[in-house]
Amino acid sequence: MAQAIFIILSLITLGCALVVVTNRNLFHSALYLAFVFVGVAGLYFMLQAEFFAGIQVLIYVGAILTLIIFAIMLSRDLMNPNVRGFNRQWWAAAIVAGLLFVVLAVVLWRAPWPAAPVGEPSADFIAELGQALVSPAYVLPFEVVSILLLAALVGSILIARER
Amino acid sequence: MVPLSWYLIVAAALFCIGLYGILARRNAIGILMAVELMLNAVNINLLAFWRYLTPAHMSGQVFALVVLAVAAAEAAVGLALIVAIYRTRDTVNVEEVDLMKL
Amino acid sequence: MDWIDALLIPAIKSLVVIVVLLLAFAYMTYVERKLVGRFVRRYGPNRAGPFGLLQPIADAFKAIFKEEVIPTEVDKWLYVICPGIAVAGSLIVFGVIPVGDSFMAWGRKITMVVADVNVGVLYVVAMAGLGLYGIFLGGWASNNNFSLLGALRSTAQVITYELPMGLAIASIATITGSLRFGDIIAAQKTLPLIILQPVGFLVYFISGMAEINRSPFDMPETENELVSGYSTEYGGIKFAIYFMAEYINMIVMSILVATLFLGGWQGPFAHLSPLLQLVWLVVKAAVVLFVFIWVRASIPRVRYDKWMKFGWKFLVPLGLANLAVTAVVVALVA
Repeated sequence: MAQAIFIILSLITLGCALVVVTNRNLFHSALYLAFVFVGVAGLYFMLQAEFFAGIQVLIYVGAILTLIIFAIMLSRDLMNPNVRGFNRQWWAAAIVAGLLFVVLAVVLWRAPWPAAPVGEPSADFIAELGQALVSPAYVLPFEVVSILLLAALVGSILIARER
Repeated sequence: MVPLSWYLIVAAALFCIGLYGILARRNAIGILMAVELMLNAVNINLLAFWRYLTPAHMSGQVFALVVLAVAAAEAAVGLALIVAIYRTRDTVNVEEVDLMKL
Repeated sequence: MDWIDALLIPAIKSLVVIVVLLLAFAYMTYVERKLVGRFVRRYGPNRAGPFGLLQPIADAFKAIFKEEVIPTEVDKWLYVICPGIAVAGSLIVFGVIPVGDSFMAWGRKITMVVADVNVGVLYVVAMAGLGLYGIFLGGWASNNNFSLLGALRSTAQVITYELPMGLAIASIATITGSLRFGDIIAAQKTLPLIILQPVGFLVYFISGMAEINRSPFDMPETENELVSGYSTEYGGIKFAIYFMAEYINMIVMSILVATLFLGGWQGPFAHLSPLLQLVWLVVKAAVVLFVFIWVRASIPRVRYDKWMKFGWKFLVPLGLANLAVTAVVVALVA
């Protein structure tokens, strides 16, 4: 049962991802990208990371993709179908990506992974995650990311500002 | 129960699809979308490893959160750059933005 | 026996939720027209049936039997699918909101919520954003400058007002210590959160009205500057579906406000009967809905740039300050 759901979910997700990178129309790409994000949130859900499933949809679909759509609308001329969407090396790119996938898949398939998860995540892992973020072990990455976000905020306002 | 390797292979496929998008697209916004796909693949791996190998530790979750924050920052700055370039050069085609080229 | 609990009961619950929401939508339009009419000293609809009660049905027939027009220059696929996305997004949100505690039927304990997930509040905010894609993409697919401007405004408004909304919800989570609706309602047993979080309530209420595009903050529509914005090119049943999404959003938002800040289904004597819990929730939601309509009838639309300024320069800092104060107080009390 779980395996069937997993296979269907990942096939839909990967299919939509393929459309995202091959579709000429950026707006359709954006819609399929939303489906990919929701599909990945479904995978998180299957991994019992419900918090991340929620955050994934909230941040990726609600914020990042909204920004992307905003940018597409601001630069409307690109939707002109006469402009080529892909560069001359697209076939080489396809070969490289395909080869990389084959190598990764073979390696991952052969590696001796444990058959089942070791132990269950604790029921109250949102609280634990919150405490972990400010514990000595992870407080440094947490603070660095905060500064990165602040810098990105200031930087993007400065860059996009009209002079 | 789904084996761990399935998750990893799906993540690898998503990563390679994103890689193709980055290499083949000419439109900067399309490239940005492909980058988001790759970041998602990374997060699938982090959370799959967390769930299967170290469910008691929070490392996987914490770093998935870090990746999310980085993705948000990347989207904000990247799109600001794209809008700025579009305003001055009237294009978001990465092949035509070559002022720094010798 | 297992599949009844796992599949049948959630399916029936979902069906009930969808049917009730659709019916509520139909009569919400009637109530709104009637109330707005009264606010401006008109009668409102009063021709179809007694007191105009059959008006929504007449409207539905009119929309269904209108000729289906698809303008030639639109992006057909997106144009057709977008109203569906909008309405699906607004229906799906309701799945995690409890409308009561639980009751016994045929020897089974049935909880009055489709799925009480442990990140319910997060789910609601996330899914509400998903439904708005119907507006962004529909406005763009219409291939009309007014629609595009409406869609553009909608994206900007969503980015601006989801932020203070998230901050208000974070303050609630700080107090209740949970993102599950059941826990949040339980935490309001003695005191509804509106008393502990008056600023949070205000921030949530305003950004909620922006999120569901209610006048005076209906930037994507603004019929007198953008000729009804994103839905300009839509007619007949597709327009009716957009309309449906808007009203269902409004109903869901009122129930959310009632659940997050007004104590949800709790009230005097609510523990006696699940029916009474439902009544309490509906009464609270109705009060919120009345305020929505009241605001629409009395306040003129704000100007778009002022509205954005208000969001970034007032509401976001206010939400942040509220969250900081809440966190400090909770840390001191605990």
